[in-house]
Amino acid sequence: MSSNTLMLAFAEPDPGIWIVLTGATVNVACALLGSFLILRRMSMMGDALSHAVLPGLVVAFALSGSMGIVPMFIGAVAAGLLTTFLTQTLHQYARVPSDASMGIVFTALFALGVILVKQFAGGLHFDIGCVYQGALEYVPFANRVWGLPRPLLSSLIVMVVNIFVLILLWKELKLSSFDAELATTMGFSATLMHYLLMMLVSVTTVASFEAVGSILVVAMLIVPASTAYLLTDRLGPMVVLSAVLGVLSAVLGYWGGMHWDTSISGMMTVAAGGIFALAVLFAPQYGVISKVLHNLRMSLRVLREDLLAMLYRIEELKSTKSLTPHEAQTAVGGTWLAKIATSQLERRGQVGERDSRLILTEPGRDAARQLVRSHRLWEAYLVKHLGLPLDHVHVPAHRVEHYIDERIQKEIAADLEPAAQDPHGREIPE
Amino acid sequence: MISLSLSEKVMLGTALLGGMAGVVGSFAVLRGRALVGDMLAHAALPGVCIAFLITGHRDLLGLSAGALVSGLIAIGAVTVITRWTRTKEDAAIGIVLSTFFGVGVVLLSIIQKPSTSGNKAGLNSYLFGEPGGMLNSDLIVLAVVAAVVLAGVALFFKEFELTCFDSDFARSQGWPTLWLDLAMLAMLAVVTIVGLPIVGVILMAAMIILPAATSRFWTNRLPVLLLVSGLVGAAAGLLGTQVGRGYPAGAAIVLTASSFFVVSLLFAPQRGVISTLLSEYRLRRRVAEEHLLRALFELGEAELPAVPVIDVQVLRDYRHWWSLDRLLERAREEELIEWSANHVQLTPLGLRRASQITKAHRLWELYLVRHADIAPDHVDRDADDVEHLLPESLVAKLEQELAAEGRLPTVLAEVPDSPHVIGAEASGSVSP
Repeated sequence: MSSNTLMLAFAEPDPGIWIVLTGATVNVACALLGSFLILRRMSMMGDALSHAVLPGLVVAFALSGSMGIVPMFIGAVAAGLLTTFLTQTLHQYARVPSDASMGIVFTALFALGVILVKQFAGGLHFDIGCVYQGALEYVPFANRVWGLPRPLLSSLIVMVVNIFVLILLWKELKLSSFDAELATTMGFSATLMHYLLMMLVSVTTVASFEAVGSILVVAMLIVPASTAYLLTDRLGPMVVLSAVLGVLSAVLGYWGGMHWDTSISGMMTVAAGGIFALAVLFAPQYGVISKVLHNLRMSLRVLREDLLAMLYRIEELKSTKSLTPHEAQTAVGGTWLAKIATSQLERRGQVGERDSRLILTEPGRDAARQLVRSHRLWEAYLVKHLGLPLDHVHVPAHRVEHYIDERIQKEIAADLEPAAQDPHGREIPE
Repeated sequence: MISLSLSEKVMLGTALLGGMAGVVGSFAVLRGRALVGDMLAHAALPGVCIAFLITGHRDLLGLSAGALVSGLIAIGAVTVITRWTRTKEDAAIGIVLSTFFGVGVVLLSIIQKPSTSGNKAGLNSYLFGEPGGMLNSDLIVLAVVAAVVLAGVALFFKEFELTCFDSDFARSQGWPTLWLDLAMLAMLAVVTIVGLPIVGVILMAAMIILPAATSRFWTNRLPVLLLVSGLVGAAAGLLGTQVGRGYPAGAAIVLTASSFFVVSLLFAPQRGVISTLLSEYRLRRRVAEEHLLRALFELGEAELPAVPVIDVQVLRDYRHWWSLDRLLERAREEELIEWSANHVQLTPLGLRRASQITKAHRLWELYLVRHADIAPDHVDRDADDVEHLLPESLVAKLEQELAAEGRLPTVLAEVPDSPHVIGAEASGSVSP
């Protein structure tokens, strides 16, 4: 009795659960393959295959007379392999650029599919609009096989197959994705791996069509994996992370779709794209913001060092000339960054102000001396070893001085011995 | 205004569209941007929906303006993603394509709710294409766009050409390559977007690539390429709508263009598959024939200047042959050998050719031993590959060089001695 109610509770959960589950399995199945597509620079192959399987499906339907899972998979695999083969062949033997050959093959096959639908499947429910947008909303009402809605079952099967193949052929797939030639010389054919991957993509595409439509498939194949690519440098974590992001997109997409009462698979795509956009902005190492911050910090350091070196040179000339903060900032470019750099120097106690003129403090003078030393060592080195004329060495030295550490200073100094002067005849400070 | 029947309007419209897609597509394919048309076509959808939500009705100009804006935003997004992160261009295109399209699907399903007002008929045509609904005003828009695009190409032909083939050189010459590139992209965007309601998303991508790839088989010159792909595109539009009556017009047009492509792929004079296979076959035949002549020369070399009769079985064992009998047959037809049952003998003509070929082979071997420092028992195979391609002038030069060093054997000034044991490769032994 109790087991019976449990069964019932299991058999009919909230319809939303079915939708999220289906979306999540599709997304995971796709995301698992996505990492390999991205690493092989074949991201558009997902787009291509998801369109090019159409004639395979129609022919399979026309021959078998049913929309059963098995004939559909066979049709998809055949069409997918044909697409892969034709794309490769056009590129290799007819010298069509590879992106163009992909574009030609998949659009032509899709057009063929559209014609075949009209010819063979006219009376049947074979809605191309549905192929695009999917019908995730109708998953809870789909035919049940073993108690599961059919779209969920087929995507579940594909997900399991994908996981199984990845585990089984992990190192082969990995190696052939990163170094196809090495893989081939080591005895497992990269071409074979390529075709295997394309076969998996075709099958996954078809299993997902019914539920989520081609556009979500294209998105899920590459968007979560691209997000993961911005967050990690290792393949294992990348694959796992992209699967997790796939599930997250499914949940967020369902929530958004219900909230705004709109297409759920569309919302899942938007969610995946949104997560990618966040990663583009905020990824710790490869994100735009961290890159901007890094560049900002770098420019500030260069400006600070330029200011210090300038003040040192003025002192060195024993000139009576002195600079106001504004004059100094103008001399190093006059941007708002220069203002920040000046106040940073003052806060660090490297520069002080007397009568509103900038002067070096003792720690500032030490730092400046090292910079000028780097600069003049580099100038001397360029003249000695590259034979550059005197009026050509200042600009490169001005750039490189910020990157010369103590070790390189020592090496250059040892090489230049006993020169204590730069090529312009100025002393190289210790 | 001349009054046209609907089918005439459709023909004219699709032909105009095919023509200009061919022209701008040529630049896109040459720039390695074949799939940008695909992306633009998908990315237009949210713009179309937003324009519809704002204006509340369907007219080509308003919706196209929306499509153009979102297409340009998509191009910007791809540029930002590839410039600022380590995402590669193909992934960026795919991401932007699918995300924008996802936004479009979301908006579309909001529009299609009964509570949203406005005449929704025709929005779906942006997905699948509906040339049958062509209005006079649509035709005018197409004609104006075609005129503007063609004028732009004519005006900036030289600049576009240089940017396509050597953009670094163009930049070093002071051309604003970034703006020229953007101008080409903008033309691509405009053409894609006016074409969308006619042939639909996927098939518009095909109209960009197919005519250009087709005409690429026939010419290496850009002006001809532009002309031919324009014509191919227009012809695909005209024929596709005619032949494909009763079928979805976009698909019919694309399949027509595909069949032009396949025909070119097979039959184009230089780059076509058949002519490539033919020239490969001819080369292989010449190589086989030269191997035969050299084998006969080497087998009878000891008895020169007499030309001995060689046993076919000896010849058969001398090296590996692909169908020796056919080879002998052909050599006899060319009067290079005399062949009866199991005896072969070089004719005077054959002897002359054979000694030339053997000379080239051995000179190259000597050269390899001397200059490339390859062991004498390894040069035979290398020389085998090259001897057929050595031009007369190079053979003469090698001969001079080796004679100057006193390395050209004087005993047989006609054909030098082999630096290795003759027949070593056939018997498999490597050391003398």
